[in-house]
Amino acid sequence: MKITAAEFKTFLKNVVTMMEEQKDYLCELDRKLGDGDHGVTMSIGWQAVNEKLDGELKDEQDCAKISMLAGRTFLSAVGSSVGPLYATGFMRGAKAIQGKLELGDQELRDFWVAFVDGIKERGKAEVGEKTMIDTLQPAAESLQTKFAHTNDFVASFTEAVKAAELGMESTTGMLSKRGRSSRLGERSLGTKDPGAASSYMILHTFLTTITSAQTV
Amino acid sequence: MKKLINDPTRVVEEMIEGYIKAYPKHVRQLAENDRALVTAKETRNGKVGVLIGGGSGHEPAFIGYVGAGMADGVAVGNIFASPPPDPILEATKAIDKGKGVIYIYGNYAGDVMNFGMAAELADLESDIRVGSVLVTDDVASAPKEEKQKRRGIAGEFFVTKAAGAAADKGYNLEDVVRVAQKANDYTRTMGVGLTPCSLPQTGKPSFELADNEMEIGLGHHGEPGIEKGDLLPADQVVDRLMHDILIDMPVESGEKVAVLVNGLGSTTNMELYIMFRRVEHILRDKGIIIHRSYVGSYSTSLEMGGASVTITRLDEELAAFIDHPADCPLYVQK
Repeated sequence: MKITAAEFKTFLKNVVTMMEEQKDYLCELDRKLGDGDHGVTMSIGWQAVNEKLDGELKDEQDCAKISMLAGRTFLSAVGSSVGPLYATGFMRGAKAIQGKLELGDQELRDFWVAFVDGIKERGKAEVGEKTMIDTLQPAAESLQTKFAHTNDFVASFTEAVKAAELGMESTTGMLSKRGRSSRLGERSLGTKDPGAASSYMILHTFLTTITSAQTV
Repeated sequence: MKKLINDPTRVVEEMIEGYIKAYPKHVRQLAENDRALVTAKETRNGKVGVLIGGGSGHEPAFIGYVGAGMADGVAVGNIFASPPPDPILEATKAIDKGKGVIYIYGNYAGDVMNFGMAAELADLESDIRVGSVLVTDDVASAPKEEKQKRRGIAGEFFVTKAAGAAADKGYNLEDVVRVAQKANDYTRTMGVGLTPCSLPQTGKPSFELADNEMEIGLGHHGEPGIEKGDLLPADQVVDRLMHDILIDMPVESGEKVAVLVNGLGSTTNMELYIMFRRVEHILRDKGIIIHRSYVGSYSTSLEMGGASVTITRLDEELAAFIDHPADCPLYVQK
């Protein structure tokens, strides 16, 4: 398995499109838990990334530089709490793949492990607190475990996305312990965490991007 | 919900443009970052810089409080969203006059991360000392034993006021931080929500309340409060807010306080004075002295309906800072 910088950019482009489609759904989830703007925030951030993809990054062949600028751009465009979180993910991911024009199985694994570690460190949330970590942590664990046995990124990441989905679904039954929604107590039960949902969508988009690229 | 806007994605930019054109003698936009505004009068040499900021939609907070006796700079986020580190950092560089900068912001996860990242960068890249005080005045947002989890709402006005005055008086960074921290420790706010606001980009109400309902403890961004119930007369609502505030922060007979009755956006001054009237009764009955009062929309949530009551205990030092003059575009005190 190898993906090129062009394919990495296709992944980011696919996230841009997907976020526009999911914007209202994410806002709807957030209205039940917070101020109802998660979809808007994600859209603002990814539209800014999209501009860079069409501009400064058009001819960029270094995957790390693409990821780094995507993170910084997202951060500058949105602030909020998802800004530092996703930005740290993409920037730490970039650090793990420095100077790479192509990403093989090992680099892809390292990218996503660093992505999740970065977000975890920035947000200081643990599994069970109804955040994006409930999606990301099981995904990273599953990825690492399966990869250790197989060295096969696609197979491992497929498992990781399944674990991410279970993690995301599990947030519905959780009491929120982080961020604004933590003030809701019992009223946070019964709604999926919007950050858990958007992070699942990003992982899922990466999987569909690389699997469709493979079959071409 | 109806709004007089052009493009929902450009509301913050267009507001800033109008604001700086309206008050060119007070504020200017930094060339380095259009979300960073600083005082047009240049921060005095040797003075600690005071930086405030947060999401948009709370006007006159926070942009309205840049000026003499208050803040030197403000970082402006998207609606109800913390600004990213860049405008915070650029404003920090512009207002640092060698004595460091204090950040004052509400205790929200996003603000904590973005202001935290900016403070680290200011230290690493520019060798600027930054002290931070997180405002945690909202009694309804977490129990007393978890005060560090409480969010910041209208009481931030008093924290900014105290820190701005202390900086203006020439206090050093440690002392400005101490004063701001004390003001925060001595401040409690509790609010009630009546009608929702809507984000320009979604157009949908941020929460739902029936016509005959109110929500006690509702957050500044429409975060649900501690209980929904039938709408009560103003006196009974104020009784409830004051009860919870004074249980949380007992004030002795003979002590001085500052009072802020704050409208959330669409609540009229008439209603706010009706509320203040009751606050005054309650405090007078307890022998608590109102040193200074503020009634009006000081920190809003777009067009949300509702109000909050803030009480700040004043020792001699804080009383002097509350009395200190201020000259900002949206707040003047002589």
